[in-house]
Amino acid sequence: MNPQILMDLEKLYPELILTAAILCVVIADLAFGRMRRNAAFLSAAAGLALAFVATLPLFGEPRASAFFGVLAVDPMAAFFKCFLILTSFLILLVAPRSKEFSGHHLGEFYALLLAVTLGMLLLASSLDLLMLYLSLEMVSIGSYVLVGYLKSNRSSNEASLKYLLFGSIATGSMLYGFTIVYGLTGTTKIPVIREMLSASSAAGENTLLLFVATVLILAGFGFKTAVAPFHFWCPDVYSGAPTPVTAFLSVAPKAAGFAILIRFFFTGLSNASGADVWTPLSHIPWQQLALVISVITMTLGNIAALRQDNMKRMLAYSSIAHAGYILMGVVVMTEQGLQSVLVYLITYLFMNLGAFLIVIEIFNRTGSFDVNDYRGLYRRSPFLTIAMAVFMLSLMGIPPFAGFFGKLYVFAAAVNKDLAWFAVVGALNSVVAVYYYARVIKAMIIEPSQDTSRLRIPWSSHVMIWLLLLPTVGMMLCWSLIQRLTETSAKLFLG
Amino acid sequence: MIGLSHFLVVSAALFSFGIMAVFARKNAVNVLMGLELILNSANLNLVAFSRFSAHNLDGQIFAIFVIVVAAAEAAVGLAIVLSMYRILKSVNLDRADTLKG
Repeated sequence: MNPQILMDLEKLYPELILTAAILCVVIADLAFGRMRRNAAFLSAAAGLALAFVATLPLFGEPRASAFFGVLAVDPMAAFFKCFLILTSFLILLVAPRSKEFSGHHLGEFYALLLAVTLGMLLLASSLDLLMLYLSLEMVSIGSYVLVGYLKSNRSSNEASLKYLLFGSIATGSMLYGFTIVYGLTGTTKIPVIREMLSASSAAGENTLLLFVATVLILAGFGFKTAVAPFHFWCPDVYSGAPTPVTAFLSVAPKAAGFAILIRFFFTGLSNASGADVWTPLSHIPWQQLALVISVITMTLGNIAALRQDNMKRMLAYSSIAHAGYILMGVVVMTEQGLQSVLVYLITYLFMNLGAFLIVIEIFNRTGSFDVNDYRGLYRRSPFLTIAMAVFMLSLMGIPPFAGFFGKLYVFAAAVNKDLAWFAVVGALNSVVAVYYYARVIKAMIIEPSQDTSRLRIPWSSHVMIWLLLLPTVGMMLCWSLIQRLTETSAKLFLG
Repeated sequence: MIGLSHFLVVSAALFSFGIMAVFARKNAVNVLMGLELILNSANLNLVAFSRFSAHNLDGQIFAIFVIVVAAAEAAVGLAIVLSMYRILKSVNLDRADTLKG
């Protein structure tokens, strides 16, 4: 046995714990007759909590690669692992609350959720095209099943079918792009690809081919992060899937997609010029490509969201727009830009999950996702109304809520890289976004409704909502902590 | 003498046929077959590059993994199509039209 592999295993504890937890969930689900729902839930929760704790030491590790250059060990990977595990944990708490799952057995749901999380952890740290492809498919195939979890529900099934078709085309094209890159460089290791491409003149002759490969690969990453023009699946899948799964898809795979997009393009297709600035390899104009995509994504997402009545569709388009803002932090190609991506993701996690949680709570009581059925909610449940208003204001980017800081960091990073017009486009887009978020608040507070019966909110819902409300409101109070965390995390292993 | 370019042409044709099948076909099973074509065109590329230009085995190992993933994807895809058939009594993709807007 090679001792190096054994030593590298220590850096893989979060993944190993999650693997063990998946097995525990499956066994617990089968073994404990009447108690099985709780047993599966508890083992899933314990697995995620343990994996989170096991990820923390990785922040202190020096930047390196493990398993012969297949996985990266760096602060960036550690950050994303913590982020993804936290997201899955919150979804695990939210999922049993939804009425859509009543009458369904949730054991397999927990196992699938953990499996997708495991795939995302590997995706966020993969440094080899093979590993990248396998973990991306692990995430995708798991999510297809999660989306179609309500087997007898027509829209859930349709959403899952559409997700499968779009997903397979996107990952298939990405794979074809990988094969071209492999053919040109003769390697699947991302840092070596950069060395080969910047050294050899062979790359110079094949500019067009490399460009095609880059576009194909962007299709795969764009599908995971739901940026235009690879976003078509997003509204349909988000509105058809069970709402906890929608909430999960809108945060976790998106974050993992950005993690791998950053890793692939920064490590594979760019040179580090100076300590904290990257420049794309001269013959691959991916930066301009991503810039155009970012502008189109946020504009398209915001404009399409204006005319949605279904809350899940509205939040789907809003999540597309947010992906555009996040991509803006990637495009500037500085360490400050990377930091802004991380800041944005942290704030986005709490406010977006919060908004979906309120949508679930309202659906449980009124059975509707239509924003017109939110009328007069202020009289029926002031607490839900105020919580929803806070999440909407935060998604708009109104200070002092968390969402403001995400936008502030991203725009500041763009301005510092002499892309002020880019920041202006982003700011104008946020103005458009105010309309559809404010429409929800208006419906809840100003517009009257016939039904004035009070909605009963059990204490467990209160706890869950406060869990997401507190970070959204109070993040600015511990901002130095977030600042330090993201600043140390915005470091990549470059090989 | 059959060289690299022959393989690449075949694989590019397979890829295009796959994409065409996915977009033009109405039958869900035919679409899944189109997806298999896309993955197999990538396999052909990997093996050809591994043999002719890269001169290492990375590509062939990659291809084996892709075959496994393709099987998993087809299994999940067929399961979803089967569940669609249970609900709609049809595998025509045009019938899946409840979500739009």
